[in-house]
Parts: sequence; structure tokens; C-alpha cells
Amino acid sequence: MTDKDLTSGSPWTTDAMQKRLKKRYRKEAIFKAVGLSGLLIGLCALAILVISIFTTGLSGFKETRLTIDVYMDPAIIKATPDLDEDARTAHMARVNHRALIRNSLRLEFPDVKSRRDIMALQRLTSNGARDEVRQGLIDDPTIIGKTIPMNLRASSTVDMYIKGQISRDVAQSSRKISDKQLVWLDKLSAEGRIVKGINWEFLSSGDSREPELAGILGAAVGSLLTLLVTLVIAFPIGVATAIYLEEFAPRNKWTDMIEININNLAAVPSIIFGLLGLAIFLNVFNMPRSAPLVGGLTLALMTLPTIIITSRAAIRAVPPSIREAAIGMGASRIQTQLHHVLPLSMPGILTGTIIGMAQALGETAPLLMIGMVAFIVDVPEGILDAATALPVQIFLWADSAERGFMEKTSAAIIVLLFFLVLMNGLAIWMRHKFEKRW
Amino acid sequence: MLISSAAYFIGRRKALQSVQGDVRQLHSLPGHYGWFSAMTSLLPGMIIILTWIIFGPVIIDNMTLASLAGLEGGEKIQSLSDFDRAIYLNDIHNLAIGDAISRPATDNLTFAAQYYLRAQQDIFWIFSLSAVAISALTATLGIRKISPTMRSRNILERLILSCLALCSILAILTTVGIVSSLIFETLRFLDHVSLADFLLGLKWSPQTALRADQVGSSGAFGVIPLFAGTLLITCIALIFAVPVGLLSAIYMTEFASRGARAVFKPLLELLAGIPTVVYGFFAALVVAPFIRTSGDFLGLEIASESALAAGLVMGIMIIPLMSSLSDDVISSVPQSLRDASYGLGATKTETILNVIIPSALPGIVSAFLLAASRAIGETMIVVMAAGMAANLTANPLEAVTTVTVQIVALLTGDQEFDSAKTLSAFALGLALFVITLILNFIALKVVRKYQEQYD
Repeated sequence: MTDKDLTSGSPWTTDAMQKRLKKRYRKEAIFKAVGLSGLLIGLCALAILVISIFTTGLSGFKETRLTIDVYMDPAIIKATPDLDEDARTAHMARVNHRALIRNSLRLEFPDVKSRRDIMALQRLTSNGARDEVRQGLIDDPTIIGKTIPMNLRASSTVDMYIKGQISRDVAQSSRKISDKQLVWLDKLSAEGRIVKGINWEFLSSGDSREPELAGILGAAVGSLLTLLVTLVIAFPIGVATAIYLEEFAPRNKWTDMIEININNLAAVPSIIFGLLGLAIFLNVFNMPRSAPLVGGLTLALMTLPTIIITSRAAIRAVPPSIREAAIGMGASRIQTQLHHVLPLSMPGILTGTIIGMAQALGETAPLLMIGMVAFIVDVPEGILDAATALPVQIFLWADSAERGFMEKTSAAIIVLLFFLVLMNGLAIWMRHKFEKRW
Repeated sequence: MLISSAAYFIGRRKALQSVQGDVRQLHSLPGHYGWFSAMTSLLPGMIIILTWIIFGPVIIDNMTLASLAGLEGGEKIQSLSDFDRAIYLNDIHNLAIGDAISRPATDNLTFAAQYYLRAQQDIFWIFSLSAVAISALTATLGIRKISPTMRSRNILERLILSCLALCSILAILTTVGIVSSLIFETLRFLDHVSLADFLLGLKWSPQTALRADQVGSSGAFGVIPLFAGTLLITCIALIFAVPVGLLSAIYMTEFASRGARAVFKPLLELLAGIPTVVYGFFAALVVAPFIRTSGDFLGLEIASESALAAGLVMGIMIIPLMSSLSDDVISSVPQSLRDASYGLGATKTETILNVIIPSALPGIVSAFLLAASRAIGETMIVVMAAGMAANLTANPLEAVTTVTVQIVALLTGDQEFDSAKTLSAFALGLALFVITLILNFIALKVVRKYQEQYD
């Protein structure tokens, strides 16, 4: 039989068969396209999410300042030269800074007369501008009586207008900034006295009711303290459990139960852990509410299963030959573990721990349960102080009615994502660096 | 601590001395003897300090209250109810540290506060001295026991082993803690509301009346609307996530080149790493307004907190879970099955649909169950994007609320711990726990059974 015979005699050459084959190939192409589109939908969602967060969030790192010639009116400051350093600082803090700014603004815009307009004029600057004038006075008392150009922080509304988030085409009644204020701003901007810069205070101060003054340092420190507690508790206990279950535990009903338990705990919704923290740590042990200690304990219980499971995998990956060699040299089983198996599996364990910590960093719901949602201005100083965490701060800001908080929320999300990427990157780097093929 | 480290060195030296520096005659390494004596001093000391931390405050409180009994009006305090007593004690504590208190500072109160401070100091000294003394004592006892034949390594290792075992029991303890706290609070909740009302009630409005004569806020605790809302949102999420997740898993395992897979897989897993609060913000900021405006465009009335928005975003969240789990099961289908199918002349698509999917089905089902349990327990997305009011509806365009939203709403903000409102959160939590547990359990069972097939 020749090739020709084979093809001509076989049913593959018939029209019906060719048609069917074509249909099958078409189906193949369609299915492949459908599969690809599934993947692309997922990736699109990711892209939209990241892009929308970044477009709204990047402006949150910027700020607007107004250059105002502030006249340090001795009549308002009323400082006496004979005060010593401390008394002078205390006096400067009590000065009516608001009046200083108001009078300077009135000098700037002499045609503004009515009380209401002056109030509106003052509202161009933020409440934080007062602190800036005070700081200026404390730093250099010789400026009293002089007129100093200062870059004062603009209010959130002005800030949003300058960033283009409030359009002037809308009717006056439906925007927060009035026509008069716009005219004043135009004048300032024509004189080149609107300065845009990077908002360092966003990274270096605590929360505030005013969007332009709010910062995330307090929340970041709260997160850090919480994670420290989580790490200190979850890491040793997780590793010890993993060693015990993997190397020492007898195979019986009891250890089987522990194993099933751990697997189930890994899938329990995080909010349940929050309820546990509320019922046990707060109501039974009377620990302080809103404290990073309680948050850390709760998150530690939540991340334990993750750490245990990854640590077990890492310990299992150490080849038995290492153990046999150690035991052959006369080491006891504990010595084998502590001196040989554990150091060898440490990179894997640490990778798992970092991933668990990243999970804990992004977790919000359990922290809501134990009351870490309070409005807290101060940066926490210890694990017993009231604190919030980064994700909780995001939640609080996202819930806030002030529109100025929207970009702050996105900016805080960017900071949170930055930390998460950093941690996951570290985990991946470690996995590559220490990966061993036995 | 100091004593223990001293004991370590003394113990080690003594062990060495006893054999005149000839290490070979010792049973264990010198360090073991050191650790042994350190442990003998550390453990009793730790036990005392722990007792102090746990029972110290109680002892002091009782002493303070007892000291008041002799004073004028002191008998009254003995007869107070537990709750009032707690408040009274709280005042004493606050006065002692100089905080604001809830009542005028009477002489009794100031006396008690002073007594409290003094007692606290005294007891602190007693405990710390006794801790030091006992650890010193046990350390000397331990050191005296050291001799070349003593098997200190074995003792030490037994200790370490029991520590390890103790740690692993913590996992059990966590579960016991969850279950017992939830059940305990739920039982208290059932004192207020009957089980039938809770499970079968069609109305959820947890605002109990502040005054007895208030109208319309008697409090209704029917969970049906909550579970209906949860189910609705979960279904929307799964309808979106399961096809997308499954298809991308199939594409990545069967069609994509190695290089494409190396790019796409981490990208998709990036979705899993994004905190849920970010998804919630995304839902409220982008998705909900988008759905609303497109609804306006089509002439549909869509609530700004529609179930659709929350469900869609939740779907995005569980795509990576779904895809990576099904990815695992699909790639664990033996290559021989594929080869056999190709050998029979099947195309790739036919192989996937007729061979791979059926044999991976148990794994895919369990991935589906895990995704569902994840969606049911998800909190932040729905808190930020779904509604607050309970609404029994199957219309995805309306606002519904979920179990997790209600738990958060009930437990954040001011709360008194005994009200039915707060306790109902724990009952909801228990229901949530049981449901997710059952789903996970079935999923794990299915996976385990499936694994046995090919091993």
C-alpha cells in the first residue's frame, strides 16, 4: 500500500469528514479564544483597579500652599522682650494666630469688607496655617513687627480646586468654593503665589479631621506595632508546632485531629477571629481596647495556620539523609532538629512567615471587631496605646463624608500596597536566593 | 533571669569540675548541665510571675474591698451586685492612677484608692521577692543534683519536646476558644430571642427600644434576609469568578507557552495579595458609580449600594483563588490521560472538555466550595459597598445586606455588652462559622478522596 492509497481510500478525504475536521478546528480556536478572554478579564480587572487607585491617589501626596505676606503685628502678639526661652515659647503658642493671618489677608485684599467675606477669605487657608505661623514665631522671635512672606497651607477645598477636582463650570450652589473665593484665588495665582509641592506631612503626621492635615504615620506605626506582636507570638509557636507535627508527633487520632483543625482554621473567615478576640481578649482578660497588643494577638491566631502549613512544607523538604547523618553521628532527635533540620528549612519558614505577615498587614475586619477603629490623632508609642492600623485608616477615610479624603484614601492605599509589594518581593527574593535542590 | 543565667554557668562549671575537666566522662554535653540548672531556676520563677499576672489584680481588689468593710458605709459595698461592684472597683482604679471617675470622690473612695496603691506595691514586692527566693532555691537544688552520671540531656529534651507539644495544642485551643465563646454568647442571646424567631424570622431590625414606650423598634432578629443577601452577593461573585477563574486556569495550563505562563500567573496572583479593604474602596469608588450610571443610561433604577457592585468586586477578589486551585488540579491530571486522548485523534479542546475536566472535576468542585466559603465570610467589600438595611429580595440591582455587614455594624461603635443587639452578632458569627466550616470540610473531603484515585 502506498501513501496515496491510504489517503484516498480513507474517509478523511470525504467532504463530510473535511467539514467536520474544519468544524473541530474552529471549535478549538474558539475555545482557546474563550480561555484567553477569561484570563484577560481577570487581568483587566487588576489593571482597572490599580490604575484607578493610582490616578486618584497620586495627587494625595501633593499639597497646595498660598504665599501670603504675614504681618507679625506686635499689637496682636504682645510679646515682652524680657521673657526667657520657655516662657516665650509658651507665650507664642497662645498668640491669636488666626487674627494674624486674617489681618494679613485683609491687607492683601483691601476691597474685602463684609464680615462674611472676610470669613470666606480666611477659609482659603487651612486651620493648619495657624500652626505654621506659630512655628515661625517660635523659631525666630525677631520677626515680630516685620512682614514675612510665608507659604501657608491652603484649605482642602482650595487644594482640590487647584488639583482640578472641583470644576468652576458648575453652579456656585453645587460646589464648595464660592465665586468670590475663585476671584481671590485667580488673583493669587496671577501673582504666582500658589505653590504646589509634595505633602511631606501626609507621611509624617497622625490622623486629622481636616483632609489637608491628615497623615498616615499614626496608622503606619500602629500597623507596625501590631505586626511586631503578631510576629513575636505567631512565629515561635508556629515553628514549634510545625516541628512537633512533622517530626515528633505520633500518628494517632489526636494528631490527626490537630491537623484537620489547623487546615480548617486556615479557612475560617477573618471576622470570626475578630469575634474571638473581642470575646476572649477584651471581655474575659480585660485587655485594653484598641491596643495593638490585642490586635496583634488576634492576628497571630489568624496567621498561625498559614505559618504552620508553610513551615511544615519547608521541614518536609529537608531530605531524610540529613537527619540520618546527624543521628548517625550520635545526635539526639532534638539536636538533629535544632542544629540541622531547622537551619536548613529556615529560608522556607521565613518565606511563609513573611507571606503570613503580609496577610496580617492587609487584614481589616478583625481589627474592626476589637475596636481599633477609633479616631486617633497621636502616633502610638507602645503596644498598649490606642492605635489604628493602615487598612483600618483606609476604611475610616473611605467612609468619611469629606470629599478631600478621597485622594487621601487612595494615597494611603498606595502606601499600603507599597509595603505589601515590598514584603512579597522579599519573600520571592528569599525563595530564589536560598532555594536548594537536593 | 539573672539567676538562671548564673545558674547556667555554675551548673556547667560544676559538671566540668566533677570530672576534672575530662569531658568524656560526662553523660551529656557541659552546656546541657548548664541549661538544666537554668531551667530549674527559671521555671518555678516563671510560674510565680504568671500566677501574679493572672491572680494579682483579683487578690488586690478583694483586699481593697475587704478593707472598706470596716469603714462607715462599707457594708453597703458588700451587698452590691456584681455589676455595680465592678463599676465601684473601676472608680477606685481610676482614682488611684489619677483618672476621671464617674462619681464624686468620697472619703471611702479615696481611702480605698490609697489602700489599693499600697496593696499593689506590697503584693508586688512580696511576689517578686518570693519569685527570686524560690528560683534561687530551686537553682541550688538543681545544681546540687548535678553529677557526671546524671542524664541531663534527656531531661532537657523531654522538656523541649513537651514545649513543642504544648504549642501544637494551641491550634486546638484556638478552635475551642472560637467555638466556646461563640456558643456561650449565642446561648445568652437565645435567652432574649427564641431560636425559631432567629432562624426563621423574615425581618431583621436589631434596634431594640431605648424606652419601653417607643414604637416600632421592638427589635426583630430574623436571619433569613441576611442569609438571602449573603447568598445573592455570593452567587453574583461566583457567577463572575468561576468561569473567569476556570477558563484562565485552563488557558494557562493547556494553551499558554511557558513564558506567558510565567508572566500571567504571578499577575493573577497579585489580585490575591490585594487587601480586601482596597477592593471595598474600589467597589465604592469605581464599580458602584459605573453600574449606577450605566443603569441610568439604560433606564434602570439601580441602588448606589447594589448587590451587583459588591458581588462583581467580590468576584474579582476570588478569581485568583479559583484559578490557582483549579490550576493545581488540572496540572495534576496525569500526562498519560492527555497522551491517550491525543493518540485517539482528539483535538486539544476535545481532550480538555472530555478528559481533563471530568477527571479534575472533584478538585474543581472543591475549589468552587472554597471560593464560596471565602465569599460568604468576606467582610470588608460588603461593608463598604453593600447596604445596611435588611432587604429580602432576589433583585441584584437593589441594596441588600449580609451577615458580615451586620456583625460589623452591631459591634462597632458604642455597645453595652448584655443587650440582645450585641449578642446577636455572636449568634450570626456562629452561623457563619458553621456554614464555612461545613463548606471547607466537604471541600477537603472531596480533595482527599480525589487524591487517592491517582496515587
